[in-house]
Amino acid sequence: MKKIFYTAALVAGLFVAGAAEAQTPPGVLVVGQIAEPKSLDPHAVTAVNDFRILMNVYDGLVRYKDGTLEVEPSLAESWTISDDGTTYTFDLRDDVTFHDGSPLTAEAVKFNFERMLDENHPYHDTGPFPLSFFFSAIDSVTAEDEDTVVFKLKQPYAPFLSNLAYPTGLIVSPAAVEEFGKDVGRHPSGTGPFRFAEWESNAKVVVVRNEDYWGGAPSLEAVVFRPITDANTRVAEMLSGGIDLMVEVPPDSVATFAGDSAYAVFEQAGPHVWFLILNAKEGPLADKKVRQAVNYAIDKKALVENVLQGTAEVAAGPTPPAFAWAYNDSLSPYPYDPEKAKALIKEAGQEGAELTFYVTEGGSGMLDPVPMGAAIQADLAKVGLNVEIETYEWNTFLGKVNPGLEGKADMAEMAWMTNDPDTLPYLALRSEAWPDKGGFNSGYYSNPEVDKLLEAARSSTDQAERAKLYKEMQTIVHDDAPWAFIANWKQNAVTSSAVGSFALQPSFFLILKDVTKG
Amino acid sequence: MLAYTLKRLAFAVPVLLGLTVIVFLIMAMIPGDPATAILGSYATPENVERLNRQLGLDRSLVEQYFVWLGNLLQGDFGRSYNLNRPVIDEVLERFSATLVLAGAALLLCSVFGLLAGVVSAVRQYGWTDRIVTFFVLIGISIPSFWLGLLLVLTFAVTWRVFPASGMFAIYGGGDLPDLLRHLTLPAITLAVVATGVIARLTRAAMLEVLRQDYIRTARAKGVSERRVIYRHAFKAALVSVIPVIGVQAGFVLGGAVYIETVFQWPGIGRMLVTAISTRDLLLVQGGVLVVAASYVLFNLLTDLLQHLVDPRLRT
Repeated sequence: MKKIFYTAALVAGLFVAGAAEAQTPPGVLVVGQIAEPKSLDPHAVTAVNDFRILMNVYDGLVRYKDGTLEVEPSLAESWTISDDGTTYTFDLRDDVTFHDGSPLTAEAVKFNFERMLDENHPYHDTGPFPLSFFFSAIDSVTAEDEDTVVFKLKQPYAPFLSNLAYPTGLIVSPAAVEEFGKDVGRHPSGTGPFRFAEWESNAKVVVVRNEDYWGGAPSLEAVVFRPITDANTRVAEMLSGGIDLMVEVPPDSVATFAGDSAYAVFEQAGPHVWFLILNAKEGPLADKKVRQAVNYAIDKKALVENVLQGTAEVAAGPTPPAFAWAYNDSLSPYPYDPEKAKALIKEAGQEGAELTFYVTEGGSGMLDPVPMGAAIQADLAKVGLNVEIETYEWNTFLGKVNPGLEGKADMAEMAWMTNDPDTLPYLALRSEAWPDKGGFNSGYYSNPEVDKLLEAARSSTDQAERAKLYKEMQTIVHDDAPWAFIANWKQNAVTSSAVGSFALQPSFFLILKDVTKG
Repeated sequence: MLAYTLKRLAFAVPVLLGLTVIVFLIMAMIPGDPATAILGSYATPENVERLNRQLGLDRSLVEQYFVWLGNLLQGDFGRSYNLNRPVIDEVLERFSATLVLAGAALLLCSVFGLLAGVVSAVRQYGWTDRIVTFFVLIGISIPSFWLGLLLVLTFAVTWRVFPASGMFAIYGGGDLPDLLRHLTLPAITLAVVATGVIARLTRAAMLEVLRQDYIRTARAKGVSERRVIYRHAFKAALVSVIPVIGVQAGFVLGGAVYIETVFQWPGIGRMLVTAISTRDLLLVQGGVLVVAASYVLFNLLTDLLQHLVDPRLRT
């Protein structure tokens, strides 16, 4: 027996000696991601998790200016827009090559968009391309000469530029697509500051410094993206030195890191809004007064402070403040006022009304939907509305909510993260966006004035003009209350103190070009 | 023996086929579809229809099943919608990771379970028995994901002697010692409950055997106590313990799902959970098929092993 103990002790000793849990090497940044990437082909993916890698390997024609959601030149040095807003002419940089050595040309850009959009393109079968509708306004792409590419749109479409800055607009090497076909997502080649090196499934994606980057080589030697799906495990890896940067820190753990000088905590509000869709077509909420009452009755401050533990801010209207240029900052959130809510409900004769409330168990951008739903139910009970919750798994939930709430429910949780102030209201607040017409207006809100403003904003190419129209839209929607406006999520991240020059972006992308690590 | 083995294997074919039909039907019946899962917020009916067409999901259910089956018979498991890679690559990679973890756990629980059971039985009601029983009961009662978190907190975060997650080091590593270091915490976590169960049953089986007449005869003949326990009693007790180990192997494979999540082990349990929630039909099919086939094989192996140990079955 003694022998066994000695052997066991020896083995354990060896492990510990061999261990000396290595800190990550200097110059190499290890990032804790929330999931395994689906593909490194930017046209084939939809998740922020994948975008975080892609934005460092590829460039688009344009990009968001650091710290904003405003568009600036990237692969395109400059561009002009025709007066009618349907012709965009881009002037490409002439000093750019893809990681595989092929040059960036106007033909390459044309190839990218035609691969996504043209069903007869020889490489269209390397998809599917789920977000190609971002560019469905494109009528034709022409390579005028080596460095000039012209997009003709079917009709004026103001979000076109910001869609180009979105990961779906990143430019992949046609040579790589031709060589790898459907597997190009595992052999990516772009023009970005980091070159793809290795993808070991379910363990890591490694990208290394692109010495020839047209914008100057990055300071990091390499970045390793590790998929760690469980949030607690991500925290444990951060605490044990296995990763240098983690995203989507659970609210419970933020305080642990904030109080420790070995770590730095980052927060950044993004283009996200969490709201309740209210059924404006039938039932008690068809009355605007009751919808406003719901907005007054919910204690949003308590929700973001207690349930979400400060990882979100109270939302004032349908447009998140991250769209600074289009955000109407004269609007303030509906104050928490149960008395006023009661009075409005009484006026509408809906005291004691019964409401059915769809709650999801999780889902992209949904934060903490079950406790939030329960807190909202309790707030509404205080003003005399009897809410019955029905909870569904995310995909089931979408299958119930997206076709419209009519005949099923009075309210439903929802959250959106978008890249242009046009997207959400255009898809979810117009009369032409009711579910039977293929939109997401599941609560059947309809206001001709809002419809007009949104159409006008979409066809204008003047940002100041668009801003004015969006602000007007927000004022009307705020008062009509087709939704209960609840929260804008703040993305967070933690880095070890060895990491420098890091900042989160309002786009929620992860830009690592200028990051350093000692 | 060979005929028996072949017969058992032949029986497995309809079982596995039936299973694929059931999985196919369940996946078709649960609400939500892969296109909606991929598109998320952008799942307009128009976009869903377009994507379904690209994924080949616009065909009838029966047609889809037979296309899948036809490809399967040619060794093609299809392509995962979500991972953009062949199902078979992903499934084999993930399944071998699970086998490593479950195998290590099974080894641990068999060795320590049997050992603890025998020691307990031999020293029935003595101090050793009480101490062993105490720990065994704790082991059975502890929720394994919680134990996993606790081990990570102690050995990875506080003392930093074992890595918190993953199967290999991100830098260097990749060799056997590296694997063993990553394997230690998850394998222990996974083995604890099964160890307790095996220990309890071994103890009971040993006590039962030790009361038999032939043991008394052996002792009366003057056979040494060590020989009585290990040659005569243990071998007899093993006959009733082996099927239990077989059942525990099933539990260990099932329990691997939680452990794989806590320790970020790239195994098939976690793969299946993700695949189901993203409605990745072909990946679910491939994964379930491989897991089910391994269950069938494992049961067969347990039965064969019992044939070897139990002379009464050899006729």
